[in-house]
Amino acid sequence: MSIKLKALLKSPWVFHLSTGSCNNCDIEVLDCLTPRFDIERFGMLLAGSIRHADVLLVTGSANRKSVVRLKQLYEQVPKPCLVVAIGECSLSRGMFIHSYNCPVPLDKIIPVDVYIPGCPPKPEAIIAGVVKLINRVSEKAAAKK
Amino acid sequence: MALFSLFFYGFVLTAAIGLLASWIDRKVTARVQYRVGPPLLQPVVDIIKLLGKETLVPAGASKVAFLLPPVVGLSSVIAVSALLWVNNLNPAEGFLGDLIVAVYLLTIPAIAIMMGGFASRNPLASVGASREMKLLLSYELPFVLAILVPVIKAGFDIRLGAILSVQADRGVFLGSLSGFLAWVVALLCMQAKLGLVPFDIAEAETEIIGGPLIEYSGSALAVYRLMKNMLLFTLPFFLMILFMGGLRLDGIHLAYGLLKYVGLVALVTVIRNTNPRVRIDQAVRFFWGRVTVLAAVAVLLALRGW
Repeated sequence: MSIKLKALLKSPWVFHLSTGSCNNCDIEVLDCLTPRFDIERFGMLLAGSIRHADVLLVTGSANRKSVVRLKQLYEQVPKPCLVVAIGECSLSRGMFIHSYNCPVPLDKIIPVDVYIPGCPPKPEAIIAGVVKLINRVSEKAAAKK
Repeated sequence: MALFSLFFYGFVLTAAIGLLASWIDRKVTARVQYRVGPPLLQPVVDIIKLLGKETLVPAGASKVAFLLPPVVGLSSVIAVSALLWVNNLNPAEGFLGDLIVAVYLLTIPAIAIMMGGFASRNPLASVGASREMKLLLSYELPFVLAILVPVIKAGFDIRLGAILSVQADRGVFLGSLSGFLAWVVALLCMQAKLGLVPFDIAEAETEIIGGPLIEYSGSALAVYRLMKNMLLFTLPFFLMILFMGGLRLDGIHLAYGLLKYVGLVALVTVIRNTNPRVRIDQAVRFFWGRVTVLAAVAVLLALRGW
């Protein structure tokens, strides 16, 4: 694995993006930073600005208003970057599946690397999902060699 | 020889100690909040990661004005660190007025951050940069007044070497009343120069999400972070030279020197963890009011020989 990718996986700064969620997933994301879960152990920091981010945590059902901003933000992340879909809404639109306002799920808009189901997912599930993502990326890099 | 000390003392040694100090800072912060905190090499890994990422220049921003400031800031920190190290290791090697050069060079990182903020064409970055400017104007006056105290005590000699050798002969300046007052003032100014809570008004992560650094990514951000981490060594080292007898490398004095440095870093961290952020008007009033009065009292006491 290249040193670039290794360093990226050891210090993934996350940017938290809500595309119209009910705020429950967002609270669970913030829970990961609290003393009980403390994701800074793994070098993760919550980035305030999209330019500092490596991982995009997307919650919410990607409604028509926020899709424009979502695409704009995805273009603004310095590459390489990873996308994590958190919660039922961003996976499959959840209870908004028949809504006029949510035409397509998130992974039809931007490429998603890992899906974390739950309504909302527990902080443990979010951390497990990120660990899976890290393992998958490093396996992929090893396989490429 | 000069190039060697610029590269080795100014960059390699300062960066290594600065990165370690920033780990201490993050770890202590985590422990204060009952968290585990990051592993030892985390600051280094952060820098390497940022170097490997894409560097974006915002649309419409000048490429030179946007990408030059981090380099200017880092090189000024390297220069001032080399100057301090050389004087600390060999007090006779300084030149007349190197203290003034050090004070000048120490303001350049703040100016670099301001330049970058204004060049990035982001309203929040502009707000942050203008706050940085007000903060710079407010803490420079008491900082220079506090630095006058060691100069007076060293017999009006503006060489770092003279200040160190007077302290080696007659005990550290921190032991006297005026020296102590000036040290407190310099400590508060150092907190503002480092941009840490309660004076992180320019960056204010939760309010203007990183301020001047908001548009920086990739290697430009890495250079800024390295600059800030190196300042976490350079500024306490400057204070140690002025008030606490510097860092001597012979025998037991090395242990004292390390104790002084780690103590200063721990003090900075504790101040940053036990205070809320102040507003910019409160900070300006604080520095121009009480702190300047305290610094002026210290100067008067030093003139009376206390």
